[in-house]
Order: sequence, then C-alpha cells, then structure tokens
Amino acid sequence: MIIGEGLERKKQSDKIVRVALAGNPNVGKSTLFNLLTKGHQHTGNWPGKTVVNAVGQFKARGVEFELVDLPGTYSLMASSPEEESARDFLCFDKCDVAVVVCDATCLERNLNLALQISQLCSRVIVCVNLMDEAEKKGIDINIKALGEQLGLPTVGISAGKRRGIGRLIDMLVNFKELSYFPIKIKYKSEIELAVSSIEKEIGHITKGMLPKRWTALKLLEGNEKLTKKCDEYLGKALSTNPKVTRVVNEKRQELVNLGIDINKLQDYIVASLVLTAEEICNKDVIKHRPTANYQRDLRLDKILTGKFVGPLVMILLLALVMWITVVGANVPSQLLWEGFSFLEKQLISLANFISLPTVISNLLIKGVYRVVAWVVSVMLPPMAIFFPLFTLLEDLGYLPRIAFNLDGAFKKCSACGKQALTMCMGLGCNAVGVTGSRIIDSKRERLLSILTNSFVPCNGRFPTLIALSTVFFVFEGAILGNLTAAFIVTIIIVLGVFVTMAVSVFLSKTFLKGESSAFVLEMPPFRRPRVGSVIVRSLLDRTIFVLGRAVSVAAPAGLVIWLMANIKIDGVTVLSLLSEFLDPLGKIMGLDGTILLGFVLGFPANEIVLPIIIMAYMGNGVLTDYSSLEQLKNILISNGWELKTAISMIIFTAFHWPCSTTLLTVKKETKSLKWTALAFILPTLTGMVLCIGWNLLCSLLNLSL
Amino acid sequence: MTLNSLMPGQKGIIKKINTSGELRRRLLDMGLIKGTEVSCLFKSFCGDPKAYRVRGTVIALRNNDSALIDIMG
Repeated sequence: MIIGEGLERKKQSDKIVRVALAGNPNVGKSTLFNLLTKGHQHTGNWPGKTVVNAVGQFKARGVEFELVDLPGTYSLMASSPEEESARDFLCFDKCDVAVVVCDATCLERNLNLALQISQLCSRVIVCVNLMDEAEKKGIDINIKALGEQLGLPTVGISAGKRRGIGRLIDMLVNFKELSYFPIKIKYKSEIELAVSSIEKEIGHITKGMLPKRWTALKLLEGNEKLTKKCDEYLGKALSTNPKVTRVVNEKRQELVNLGIDINKLQDYIVASLVLTAEEICNKDVIKHRPTANYQRDLRLDKILTGKFVGPLVMILLLALVMWITVVGANVPSQLLWEGFSFLEKQLISLANFISLPTVISNLLIKGVYRVVAWVVSVMLPPMAIFFPLFTLLEDLGYLPRIAFNLDGAFKKCSACGKQALTMCMGLGCNAVGVTGSRIIDSKRERLLSILTNSFVPCNGRFPTLIALSTVFFVFEGAILGNLTAAFIVTIIIVLGVFVTMAVSVFLSKTFLKGESSAFVLEMPPFRRPRVGSVIVRSLLDRTIFVLGRAVSVAAPAGLVIWLMANIKIDGVTVLSLLSEFLDPLGKIMGLDGTILLGFVLGFPANEIVLPIIIMAYMGNGVLTDYSSLEQLKNILISNGWELKTAISMIIFTAFHWPCSTTLLTVKKETKSLKWTALAFILPTLTGMVLCIGWNLLCSLLNLSL
Repeated sequence: MTLNSLMPGQKGIIKKINTSGELRRRLLDMGLIKGTEVSCLFKSFCGDPKAYRVRGTVIALRNNDSALIDIMG
C-alpha cells in the first residue's frame, strides 16, 4: 500500500494501537517491521529501500497493533515526496505512538529526525537500532543518558540479532503510562519571540489537534502547502484566519527588521536541531572507545573504489555471480524437468482414466501444463541462485559503492549516479527497477532511469541468454561451457550499461533536456550479511513472487499458443500464418518470422519467448523435451539457425520492448501514456537497429558464421 | 577555500554553504552546518565524486556541488 494513495485514514477499530515507524533510510526499519509483524518486507543495505510502504498487524501481550512503515527520510523539512508523505502521516493520520528508529553507528545525524518528530507528535519512542554494529565499531551508547536528554522513552536494540525487541514491545504495550517530556529546541531569541506571539493567536484554533509551537513555526516559515493541509485537517481556517495572518505578517516583518532573512528561516531551524543533537551526544551519551575506528571500512572502500581495482572488482563480481548462477542451475533444471515429465505421464493416464476428450486433455496437458513446467524448471533454479547472491551483495552494502563508482559516467550523461542502483534492481526484475527509481529526487533524472531500465536484462531473460550462449558458443567441456555462458551474459549486461548511458545522453538532448542535478549519496557502513536470513528472505520474497507472476502469465499463454498452433485456416495453422507474415521483417534483422512471433507472444513474460519459438518450430504446438541442449541445437539448426542468428537473437533478447508488467509499472509511475510509449519504443528501436546493423555487417563482410 | 579542494586525508571546517533550494536542504539534513568538521576520505576512480565523513556518516558529493561549500582548512 502506498502512503498518500489511499492508506485507510481510519483505524479499523479503536482497540487497535496504531504505531508509526519512522527513521532515516537504511537504519533497519524494515527489519524491525518484519520482526514485529512477521511479515516479509524486503530490506536492503542502501538508502531509500522502502519506496512502497507496508502496513502490518501484530498482537503482543494481548494488545493489537497496527504498524505503519513510513518511508525513510533524513528530515521532515525538504520537499521530496517521501518526506512529505511521512510528515503528513505523522501530522494528520493520528497514530497513537511514533517509534523513531535511529542508527547507533551514526546516532548524531539520526537525532535530527528524532528531534523533529518529537516536536510534532505527542508520544514518541526513540529506538536505537544496530547497537551490535556500534559496539563492533567501538562506539558505546548510553541509552539511559540519551533518554534523559531527549526526555523520551528510549530503548536500544539490535534488530538483526533480535536483541532488545522485548523491551520495545513492553514500551509499546504500556505506551500510555510512559512519560513524554521532549526536550525543547531553542531557536534564536528573535525567532522564539515571534513563535510565542503566534502561538497565543492559534491556541483556540488548533485546540490540541496540532502542536501549537510546531504549527506556529510552520506559519512563520510560510509553508503554504502545509498550512493549507492544516486548514483542511482542522476543518476551519487557520492560515487564512485574518487575525492569525495579521500576527504572522507582523512577526515576519519584525524579523526582517532585525536583519533575519525570512527565506533562511529554515536554516536557523535546522541549525538549532543539528546543534541540539550535537549537544545531546556530547553529554555522556556517546563514547568512542580508544579502539574506535572506521579504518576497516575505509580500507575496504579505498579498494572497492580504487583506480583500477574498483572497476575490475565490479566486473569480476558480476561475472562471478553469473557464473555461479549458470553452474548451479544446470542440474536442478534437469531434475525439475524430469520430475515434471514424470508427473505429466501420470496426468495423461489420469485424463485417459476419466476419459477426458483428447482435445481438452491435449490443451491442458500439452498446452498449459508443459509451458508452466518449462517456465518453472528453466526459471526457478537460476532465480533461486541469483536472488540470494544479489541480496548478499546488497546486505553487505556494496551497491552504493557501485553508484559511487559509476556516478562520474552518469554525470557525463546528465543522469544520476543512483541510476546504478535502479539498474541493479532491474537485473532482478525491470518492474522493480522502475518502481525503485523513486529514490532519485530529480524528476528528470527519475524519468531517465525509468525509461532506460529495460536496457538491463532482467532475470527472466537470463535463461534464454544462457541457453543460447551455451548451445552456440561452447564447443567442448562443461567447465569451459559454463564459463563462456557466464562471460557472454556478463558482456551483455555491460553492453546494456553502455547502451543505457548512450540513450540517457540522447534523451537529455531531446525529450528530457537538462543538466545533471546535485547528488548527495549516503554510503552506509559495510555490514556482515546475515547469510541464513538472506537466503530465506530472498527465496520467499523475491523468487516466489517473481516465479508466481511468471507462472500466472505462462499458463494462459500456453493455452493461447496451443490454440494458435492447432487452429487451422485453409490447412495452415494460425501460428505459421503469423510467422510467415513477420518473416520479412525478421529476415532483415537476421532472425526469422517465428523468432519475432515468439517475442511478440512473449510480451506478457520474457521467460516464454524461447519455448514459444521451439513450439512453433516443432509445428505441433507442443513443447518437446529439450532437456538436452544438444537436442535444442539440432532443432534450431534444422530451422536454419546459424551462429549469427543466435547472436541476433541474443541482441534482441537484451534489447526489445519491456514485458507487460514493466510497461504497466511505467504507466503507474509516470502517469503518462507518452512516457510509457517511449519506454516501449526506445528499447525496441535500439534492438532493431543493432540487429539490422549486425546482419548488414555479416552480409557485407560475407561472414557465414 | 572550498570543500572540493580537500584531498583524501585532509580536513576542514564548514564556513558557508553557497547554494539554495534542494541541495542546501539536503546538506543541512546531513548535518553540514556552519562549524561542522568535514574530512575527505576517498575519491571515485575518476576523481569525482568524493566521499566525506560528516558527523560520523559517510556521504558522497560531486565536485561541482562541494565547490559551493566554503571551508576553513
């Protein structure tokens, strides 16, 4: 559920305690959320992971809770959509208690947000997470002293190790009995005077529905968008109340007369917050042990971003991940396919036993069942290996380093370095990459990232790429074969990165004119990945989710394809009619009509492109067992494939229209048909141009590969 | 002297931030206010962006952005 897009404004019942979970990005909010709700929201070690908010329920000590995970934000002042939605929720959707999660390894900066929220909400619990990481780094935090300084209930936890969760739950259960006397932020005396005068005027309007002091400050700042929302919330005029307006204008003028730039009011406010946080931390709250150092992280960072080693490590890690995926997937794929074939025989006997009409049993078993079986056996193993590996890198904190390394290049393309993060997400699933583009603040750069995301081949396209490269590039030996396949997929991904950059340059000069905007990227500390939970989480959340979607698309597709291959017009099947129609275009691109038809019919999911092509080649609309790659090669070669055809197909697999899910996500994110159309056209044109170019090159050089 | 001129290993104290709008607010949120100590840690392999330690956190800034921040060496 997305905040601001229809989160139930009212609690389901008054008995349920509504808890808002706030905090900076990447402080383990989502881990805590999962722990409390036993849900499976995915978390990653890089800023801005929670772009879609989760709401979960849990029961503890007989009390029912509703937990709302707010987007991670550094403050509630800036105008990014995430900060606005977090602020509005805390402000207007009355939660009973707000929990601010802080990172113990950089507590001071985190307190900035905690202080802001303490001025806004009446009940705030400060929850310092990652106490274990801080301890490892030699940072001691005195939770009791911190709580006294803040004047708020405070608890230290290590969500990853499940330490301190009981104490947090105790606090939540007894939230009404705790004492909340938040530290008062002292602003410049001139501002203090102005605020207290405004406070006096608005008390009878806010009537405890909004905190007086906070509202007065916002009125003084002149944040119109926010004060209008306050009017709506209160159900009466606040910002437009003549008396209030008069006082506010008077006080603003007074401040100007005193030499305070009214436009810099926020600077003063932020400075007071930052200095208060600093003061709190200096009062025996944080102690750096003599052994405290950041040297280990720094050394690692220097290597990972080094001049030659940096890019080398990136490529080698990518190749290694692909290699493990290829090697590991072989045997399980084979086994799954054999298992499905065995089951199919049983199904056929069952169909005979209950004397199902042949047409129907063929339709269901040879159409629907086989395509689903194919998708599962070909897709599941690589996904079940790729996703955990990728999640490990994510947990470790390596992805922001990729963004850091590539930012120079992205800047030259007038794009944002964070696009490297969305491209990484795209490797898993392009639709996720498109949604993830929300982490990019600038609207123009976000669009660049959305429109170019499908230039990175997603997991659904890996099996095709792997199968084709194994069949056509490997001559002997399993080890060499796996290496080659991994190498080719790596090259395709690297090529995808270059094409992304080229297209970004093109877009920045045409449809999305503009320069690269400012870039502030937090580089979170490296964390030791929790291997066990990574595997469980990535398998449960990602693999099952993506697989489920693929299967739900593959089943009806299997039905349609079987029908097309079995319905004949003048003795010719619909499938062959269509492929003949597409043949001229296919030939120009170095493919043929059937391949192109496979891509067209594979629009709902990239995974089914290759099976469709094989079904069409076999002419009987039935997916035959191609468990042996030798057999696949024979089928393809007997249909006129050469090495150059395989290369064209690999190119077009990497660069063609995004799948329907991705396009729908683009539509949802951009709310514009124009951009959705462009997201379709760009990769399609690129793929066609590259294929035609490659085909021309082959005929010019008279290559017969 | 501006922040971008710091090389890895060097430190400075923030004097003034010469930009307004979005970037200014982001920098303030990260705790980069007047008087804050900033140390340059390492740079990307093309020299831009650079990573800095500010109040216990590591953040990356592009050189043309950090050039807008005056510091005392």
